[in-house]
Amino acid sequence: MDAIERRNQAGVFVIVGFLSLISVATYLWNEYYIYLSAYLWFGFIYGMCLQYGRFCFSSAFRDLFAVGVPRMAVGIMIAMVLFGFVSAFVTATGMSTFHAAPYGSHAVIAGLIFGVGMVFAGGCASGSLYKTGEGNGSAMLVVLSISVTQAIFVDIGGWFNKLVPRSWYDSAMAKGLPAKINVADGWMDQYLAGYVWDQPVTTFGELSKISNPFLAAYVGNVLVGIALPAALILAWIYVVWARKAFLKKRTKEGRAAKGIATEFAGYWNMIRASKRTAVAGLFLGIAAGLHMLVMKGLQVKFGVQNFGELMTRMGFTFGLSAQGTVFDPGYWYVTTQEAQWVGWVFNRLGWNNMDNIFFGLNNGIPNPLINPADWMSLALIGGAAVMALLHNEFKWKAPTRELAMWAILGGALMGIGSRLGLGCNIGAFFVRVSEGDVSGWLFGIGMIGGAYLGVKLLSWWTERKMAKEAAFEAVPQTQR
Amino acid sequence: MAMKFEKKAEGSFLLDVTGYVCPHPQLYTKKALEKMQEGDTLEILFDNPSSAESIAAMCDTAGNEIIERVMEKGTYRWKIKKAEAG
Repeated sequence: MDAIERRNQAGVFVIVGFLSLISVATYLWNEYYIYLSAYLWFGFIYGMCLQYGRFCFSSAFRDLFAVGVPRMAVGIMIAMVLFGFVSAFVTATGMSTFHAAPYGSHAVIAGLIFGVGMVFAGGCASGSLYKTGEGNGSAMLVVLSISVTQAIFVDIGGWFNKLVPRSWYDSAMAKGLPAKINVADGWMDQYLAGYVWDQPVTTFGELSKISNPFLAAYVGNVLVGIALPAALILAWIYVVWARKAFLKKRTKEGRAAKGIATEFAGYWNMIRASKRTAVAGLFLGIAAGLHMLVMKGLQVKFGVQNFGELMTRMGFTFGLSAQGTVFDPGYWYVTTQEAQWVGWVFNRLGWNNMDNIFFGLNNGIPNPLINPADWMSLALIGGAAVMALLHNEFKWKAPTRELAMWAILGGALMGIGSRLGLGCNIGAFFVRVSEGDVSGWLFGIGMIGGAYLGVKLLSWWTERKMAKEAAFEAVPQTQR
Repeated sequence: MAMKFEKKAEGSFLLDVTGYVCPHPQLYTKKALEKMQEGDTLEILFDNPSSAESIAAMCDTAGNEIIERVMEKGTYRWKIKKAEAG
């Protein structure tokens, strides 16, 4: 590591000191704040790991399609397997806070929209958060765009109600939701209650029909649900993107470039090349598993199932959902809390957005100062900033007009995709796949397809821009 | 600031993509290298940390050599020599 600049050292002390002070002071105020601090410090760890490993799902598939670099895609596959091992243990011991999501074609469509968006934006939902911690102004705009789009999208009604199929409307109305929730007016409400909730929910562990919880978790979820699909995807990546360069290198070195042993060596070489991402993935996997255990432990300690109950005990009732709950996933999540803080701002400005399912029934809109998941996201930015400062990589960067356009457009698409898919690259893909949830891969397939489309569009744009900006006559490929 | 791609001398090019975020620096680097001849050198300026790994991996795959790596105050100045064919 290069010598850390003095100013950067000071920055590290300020961030860590500030977060520590918040944890200690709020705990002394009321012991229930330890619940929020648990989210805070896991968020901090996530931020450090993401920045260290440049862990970005957009980069994973975009760099594969755009510049033929498989490093990040390989690292993410490895990280999912490692996280799968940790979370299988948590699941088998009955300490998991995870709930599988309904699966169906909606997950693929949501992933597709999200995938295009993350390529345009230059980072996925979690990637944009950690890049915000690097001082990246474009990433901050992406986060803002995701947040605002979601907060608006979950409450759209009026003319958009005409786009709701009759079957969704009938099914939603038949659910008998509380009177506070105006299901008849809201595209998202009828999409959720009239379509998504009617879709099946399962994990690979349940599909395996194995009764032993450890075997179901490790054979069903990890082996069948994560390791085998990941190995197949890695094989595809090796054959299409890594094999040719590996064999060329071997030939140059005068070593054997044929045979099954050579192919395995190439496959292994590709996996080893993603060391930095895999190391980050290992720590992310361990942290994410531990996060579930700690949150479950705190719920048991305080005798609650949701932080909304602790908020009520502390006298905070504003922003609680109709069920008396707030968004409290118990594990790593990114986009829902982004929608919540803008939803809270909108509400304070006079917008009644508590009559929809997303805010009013499921997640609430607590003040961001007491929103557990917001504490996690803010600390994630802090953790990424600390890691960037430690490597002298922190730099304030204002977005240009061109980058601002991509950030807003990409962020908006990610916001829509994440609400349709009930999560982003973390909540709907990384965590779900690692937990053996069938819907995770469906979102992932869509996301990979979306990344491909996004790359095609962005490649066309950069080619056009380069032709305009290049101050010389390039040598045509055919004349070389 | 707009990207800058210019010829400094015969066989020597400059690509300035400071201020750009992913995936622009790596995309522009790839396209710049495609427009150059074998043995030419490309000096790139960028300040997006995650692009560093992508550009390094891209060069490794294509056989292009990074002959100089400097990083100062969050800005990277790399020099790449385009590989000879074969």
